[in-house]
Amino acid sequence: MNPDILKAIFGRLSIESLPLHEPILVGTFAVVATGGLALFAIVTYFRLWTYLWREWFTTVDHKRIGIMYMILGIVMLLRGFADALMMRLQQAIAFNGSEGFLPAHHYDQVFTAHGVIMIFFVAMPLVTGLMNYVVPLQIGARDVSFPFLNNFSFWMTVGGGALVMLSLFIGEFARTGWLAYPPLSNLGYSPDVGVDYYIWGLQVAGVGTTLSGINLICTIVKLRAPGMTMMKMPVFTWTSLCTNVLIVASFPVLTVVLALLSLDRYVGTNFFTNDFGGNPMMYVNLIWIWGHPEVYILILPAFGIFSEVTSTFSGKRLFGYTSMVYATVVITILSYLVWLHHFFTMGSGASVNSFFGITTMIISIPTGAKMFNWLFTMYRGRIRFELPMMWTIAFMLTFVIGGMTGVLLAVPPADFVLHNSLFLVAHFHNVIIGGVLFGLFAGINYWFPKAFGFKLDPFWGKLSFWFWVSGFYLAFMPLYVLGLMGVTRRLRVFDDPSLQIWFILAGIGAFLVLLGIMSMLMQFAVSILKREQLRDLTGDPWNARTLEWATSSPPPDYNFAFTPVVHDTDAWWDMKRRGYQRPLTGFKPIHMPSNTGTGIILAGLATAMGFGLIWYIWWLAAVSFIALLTVAIGHTFNYHRDFHIPADQVVRAEDARTQMLAAGAKS
Amino acid sequence: MTTDSYALHSDDHAHDTASHGSLKSYLIGFGLSVVLTAIPFWLVMTGVLDDKQVTALIVLVFAAVQIVVHMVYFLHMNTRSENGWTMMALIFTVIMVVIALTGSLWVMHHLNTNMMPMHDMSQMP
Repeated sequence: MNPDILKAIFGRLSIESLPLHEPILVGTFAVVATGGLALFAIVTYFRLWTYLWREWFTTVDHKRIGIMYMILGIVMLLRGFADALMMRLQQAIAFNGSEGFLPAHHYDQVFTAHGVIMIFFVAMPLVTGLMNYVVPLQIGARDVSFPFLNNFSFWMTVGGGALVMLSLFIGEFARTGWLAYPPLSNLGYSPDVGVDYYIWGLQVAGVGTTLSGINLICTIVKLRAPGMTMMKMPVFTWTSLCTNVLIVASFPVLTVVLALLSLDRYVGTNFFTNDFGGNPMMYVNLIWIWGHPEVYILILPAFGIFSEVTSTFSGKRLFGYTSMVYATVVITILSYLVWLHHFFTMGSGASVNSFFGITTMIISIPTGAKMFNWLFTMYRGRIRFELPMMWTIAFMLTFVIGGMTGVLLAVPPADFVLHNSLFLVAHFHNVIIGGVLFGLFAGINYWFPKAFGFKLDPFWGKLSFWFWVSGFYLAFMPLYVLGLMGVTRRLRVFDDPSLQIWFILAGIGAFLVLLGIMSMLMQFAVSILKREQLRDLTGDPWNARTLEWATSSPPPDYNFAFTPVVHDTDAWWDMKRRGYQRPLTGFKPIHMPSNTGTGIILAGLATAMGFGLIWYIWWLAAVSFIALLTVAIGHTFNYHRDFHIPADQVVRAEDARTQMLAAGAKS
Repeated sequence: MTTDSYALHSDDHAHDTASHGSLKSYLIGFGLSVVLTAIPFWLVMTGVLDDKQVTALIVLVFAAVQIVVHMVYFLHMNTRSENGWTMMALIFTVIMVVIALTGSLWVMHHLNTNMMPMHDMSQMP
């Protein structure tokens, strides 16, 4: 066929774009395709498609959307961790003239994909998922402010993730590192589709993140139960508020930077080129104005989780609630004043570097205050070492090490030695795994019974805990040593054989983490099988303190039959103390939002548009864009957006709860 | 806004107490916007001031005033609307924008002076 016609139809997509010559990728594809087909067959065999579409894909219920975010995060964790294992294996064997098993072309994609996936498609969905699930329950609301928008945000995140995953089998991913610095990411040095996959994957997902940030801010500001003043909000809600403020304030910067980069790549502007007045350093500056708040976006909700867990499992009110809130707000503001510490070595003078070094060190003050608050909460408390509390203690020990190496890196002269080394890699894994991930695991173990009505199995949970914690230390402490010896990051082969032992140790650590992840999956499976033994009938399995535990586990669609009235910071604890009686009569019909498929359709179209733009398939991009606008405008004419749950249905649900509570009291 | 329309709306959703403006306030806002746009145009088109830098600075000041006019007359912002949340959001936004802009200017000035080709090391700030 005429090559011009082919080009018009397929853009730069051709049969050569499929990585058929890469045995590792073909093997991966075989496994993924078999798994996908099996899943498809199972869903079809049990006729689950209609159920999934009606009850899950089109749902506007914040609880189900939260659960879907968690599933997305865990699935992507497996992908991101597979990348990590490949890197550890490569670095452990590429000594004494061995090239390892990954060619440079492939290895560079692996470390880029690992970073992008772990931050954007593991940590972000898990954090957003927990906030989505817990925040409306904690403030006594029926749903978020904009339930349809919530569904749309989720599917946009999935769309972005799908584009990144697609790059594994169609074309390739960026070979630039996770922030795609120009000039390397400019068209001249990265002419392939990799960087375009990066740009459009993040742009599509970024829309979802920004909108869900707006949604949750609005929810927290407008939908709190009567009596819940700002200073009576649970700490997790406070940290979620600050995180979402950070999201709304910083993600537009990322969007603009990536838009400018795509202008450079698509229409030949010169924002970040070396010639014609362009300046690549501006990209680095701007992307870190987003990038530093981003790490606080991840860690603040984790701090909130630790606060809830510590006070619940110590049986005490959180020590220093007010100081905790102020520390969170101060961190929110300060997180905007430190971005330059990511590029001390780029050539700013002493005055700039000292300013940003000092602001960075100042952040450790509110963080330290939080640490002491948790310690004082535990002091003279009746501590129960359940899984969430174990993760919290592992966090406190691990995060302090990560924080101290962070303050060390904040000293510009020290940074000149350690910049871009494995010491830095060890530091940020130390705070992200030891802080964010441990927090998320604490949160998953803590809120799982609320979401599903049964606790997670403690045996496999503890196994997972010990594998994760020991694996983490074994995997990353050697990297501190290597970094101090001057080994830089992202290396594929090594000359000095004396370094090998450290990489082998780190590899064994990564293997232990693998066992930790497998134990966690096993924990989910075993808990589902043993759900009758692990059943929570009370809705309050941990004797907890905040409002989400006032309703049943899992909560009914409407969360609370009557909106609770709040008198104290720990609202549910206060209600229990004052002998709260559940109302058993007087139920009214409840006004609820209707499900809609518009969110998933819009996100599907946005993903198709992204794919068209990546491969220069202009007709596809144009058609999907027009369809996107049509569907979005069409949706504004949908007047069937809400319905009422009839009163008798509410009565039935609440009666079932009464019986469950009675059964729980008997057993 | 009259009390009647307030009652009509309030059964749907709790209404905030923010004013939705009047014909008079919209006209004042429109008039101010026109004046604040016309003066910079006049300054640039006629070149009354010899110094271009001074002209640019004055234009920037007019732009800033224009933003305030839009916020007050068209977006109906004041210290009381939405229980003060609008004001709080504005203050936060201003802080963030000022940090990002001044910070970037400061940082990029350093980087340009120190790192771009043909610079003189003795002039390092």
